[in-house]
Amino acid sequence: MSNNRVTRRQFLNYTLTGVGGFMAAGMVLPMVRFAIDPVLQTKAEGDFILTSQKVADITEEPVSVNFTFEQVDAWYKSDVTEAAWVYKSGDQIVALSPVCKHLGCTVNWAGDSEHPEQFFCPCHLGRYEKNGQNVAGTPPLGPLDQYEVAEKDGFLMIGKKIPNTFS
Amino acid sequence: MLNKIYDWVDERLDITPIWRDIADHEVPEHVNPAHHFSAFVYCFGGLTFFITVIQVLSGMFLTMYYVPDVENAWKSVYYLQNEVAFGEIVRGMHHWGASLVIVMMFLHTLRVFFTGSYKKPRELNWIVGVGIFGVMLGLGFTGYLLPWDMKALFATKVGIEIAASVPFIGEMIKVLLAGDAEILGAATLTRFFAIHVFFLPAVLFALLAAHFIMIRRQGISGPL
Repeated sequence: MSNNRVTRRQFLNYTLTGVGGFMAAGMVLPMVRFAIDPVLQTKAEGDFILTSQKVADITEEPVSVNFTFEQVDAWYKSDVTEAAWVYKSGDQIVALSPVCKHLGCTVNWAGDSEHPEQFFCPCHLGRYEKNGQNVAGTPPLGPLDQYEVAEKDGFLMIGKKIPNTFS
Repeated sequence: MLNKIYDWVDERLDITPIWRDIADHEVPEHVNPAHHFSAFVYCFGGLTFFITVIQVLSGMFLTMYYVPDVENAWKSVYYLQNEVAFGEIVRGMHHWGASLVIVMMFLHTLRVFFTGSYKKPRELNWIVGVGIFGVMLGLGFTGYLLPWDMKALFATKVGIEIAASVPFIGEMIKVLLAGDAEILGAATLTRFFAIHVFFLPAVLFALLAAHFIMIRRQGISGPL
């Protein structure tokens, strides 16, 4: 090995930068992990929530059914009420999320008098078929999400949100 | 790669003299612990600044979760300490660093005093240093209230009563600090938060800049 492959100055530069970098990383890393924690947190998915909607009263016409659950938002716990559009399709009960797949506004059944058999989003005139399928040529890029449904003592229960399976 | 980027920028903006001015300076033998180990006393100022940097960084990250509100302050601190990854460490850095910065600053002051470094021509830097000392104590005092636990509340009560004992204007200082004539509560907490994260740091940065510019201008004082 030749004498001066690495000069004393280079060696000191590398070791000091390395040690300094290690110490700086030890200082900054906990803070970065602390900051990005929300991205890495996993949330437990909720159970079925009982509504006051009698299953026997559900018809072919979509109705808005409210359901309330306790939401844990970091240190803030609150009761949050959300809604689903519920109707019967044959024997099957369909519960669709009212959240528009365009930019998250709330859709209404027959909100547009020109399209009485469709869901309508007033923000950017997005439309969906009854089964949640988005109408081509309107802003939404996908079908409305659906909720899992169940029945308890004749009342409707609403479960977790899943991608639309009807369209 | 990095060298090429540096050269590209340097060719256009001539940045080498800028960082040379900041980073490249003589360290006299009598302040270099490698020559005389006892010279470590000259490190206290740098250590104070190092811990201050940690305080600024950890404080910035803590505000991602903290809310200065009587309902939620304690809960948000509890949440960030117990539910967020490394929350205990980041809050721990800020908590222990707050005490350590006072200790280091005090040792630095003692060193400057006993080496007589405050004498002509460095009187102005001593005065600025005393200003920094006051700002640091203010940061410690205002930060103490923010977790909004019992210790915070009563420590601030006592602190504000001390401020109120100033002749003639004491009562005004008290109301100014607490934001209310009677209650130590919601208004006090938001005020202390604003002072702690905006007003005092702004003053601190200005004073630190003056402190460092002066030491670079005048150089480190000679050996005893």
